[in-house]
Amino acid sequence: MTTSTTAAEAATGSGWRKVARPLLVLGFWLGVWQVATVAVHQDLLLVSPRAVLVRLTELVVTGDFWSTVWYSFARIVAGFLLAAVAGALGAALASASRVVDALATPLVAAIRSTPVVSFIILVLMWADSSRLATIISFTMVVPVIYTNVLDGIRHRDRSLLEVSTVFGVPLLRRLSAIDVPAVLPFFIAACKIGIGLAWKSGIAAEVIGLPRGSIGERLYQAKIFLSTADLFAWTVVIIALSFAVERLVLAALARMQARLADGAAS
Amino acid sequence: MIALRGVTKRFGDEVVLAGFDLDLDPGALTAVMGPNGSGKTTLGRLLLGLERPDAGTIVGLEGRRRAAVFQEDRLCEQLTAVGNVRLVLDRTVPTSVVIDELRRVGLDDESLDKPVRELSGGQRRRVAIVRALIAPAELIILDEPFTGLDVEAKSAVMAHVRERCAGRTTVLITHDRAEAEWFGARVVDLTRSVGAEPSGPDRHG
Repeated sequence: MTTSTTAAEAATGSGWRKVARPLLVLGFWLGVWQVATVAVHQDLLLVSPRAVLVRLTELVVTGDFWSTVWYSFARIVAGFLLAAVAGALGAALASASRVVDALATPLVAAIRSTPVVSFIILVLMWADSSRLATIISFTMVVPVIYTNVLDGIRHRDRSLLEVSTVFGVPLLRRLSAIDVPAVLPFFIAACKIGIGLAWKSGIAAEVIGLPRGSIGERLYQAKIFLSTADLFAWTVVIIALSFAVERLVLAALARMQARLADGAAS
Repeated sequence: MIALRGVTKRFGDEVVLAGFDLDLDPGALTAVMGPNGSGKTTLGRLLLGLERPDAGTIVGLEGRRRAAVFQEDRLCEQLTAVGNVRLVLDRTVPTSVVIDELRRVGLDDESLDKPVRELSGGQRRRVAIVRALIAPAELIILDEPFTGLDVEAKSAVMAHVRERCAGRTTVLITHDRAEAEWFGARVVDLTRSVGAEPSGPDRHG
């Protein structure tokens, strides 16, 4: 009885901490922001959290807000998803072929070191601005996924691969029991980095390319009209979208990992 | 008949097997003995096709399905005991057959449902042994298979191995002469092959 009560109390305590801690952290930084706003005392340079909240509530009730969000969301998430697939497939090919590996390694290194604006300007010369965010987020995320997945493939347990060779385990079964469980943690780590990168690079591309009806265009307008509240409100929206996509993708991958752990081969 | 003729295997400058000859009796269990470094495991890996000889030939392996208990358990940690065994089986083999085999080597129902990473060393070893014995193989390599089993479990598992390997070409790699004698196996002693004795060690057995 005592034990179960203690356990229940502990569970409640841990549940409370889970909710309270992030709220306290958020509260702390909002407090710092508010104090900084009072200290700066110029709305043009730094608006208060309250002003941003007010502007956000004005924005979310308009249809234009949601169509803008959808415009950028669809393109950036598409870029990320395409990069996830292409990066993983590229890594699988590179692990199987030395030629592909030798050709891809300098390309990936070059993409990693090239400033994103160089790509943005190049893409604007080739494609119309409506595809810009997808192409840029794809280009920025592919090397991250490729490198991590290739690392994962190279860190597979060789002794288990020998088991599959000796027993003649069929390829699909080997993939689900040996390869994917080994590579998935590397892929998840890459996705965590890649999602943030997709949003940052995608929005930067929109700010430069100004596709009509995008979040990037709204940010640019905020700059032109010196509307700091708009700039902050749209930035909060971008952070929230990036966070939501990250949660969704990681939850789906965690589910896949759990399913494999439950013994998909049995 | 599986036969090795003049097989040499080197790792860098180290010659592990030199001019090695061996005939494996079809359908019989052959015990391979010898000190550490005498090439027992390398011989097993050559027979499994995991290593290629630097010189000499191995005949009779083509198209022959193989199974093995390795020195390490080599299990998929996230899978259950049943999942690990089913991994190497045809889908048509019922799960009940796998469960029966695992129970016969002493795994209780509770341990069948756990991922193997939660099992004890002895339980994991038994899963690895069942995986090799149940696989539809014509050549079975057992490399120190009874390591980590307590005395009681070991005798039960040895009896199971003898029953399941009957009529199948099996190589038992062991340090323990008593194990080889218990199986009534022909013994191939690699002791004198260390340092590349060209004469076949099967002549020493």
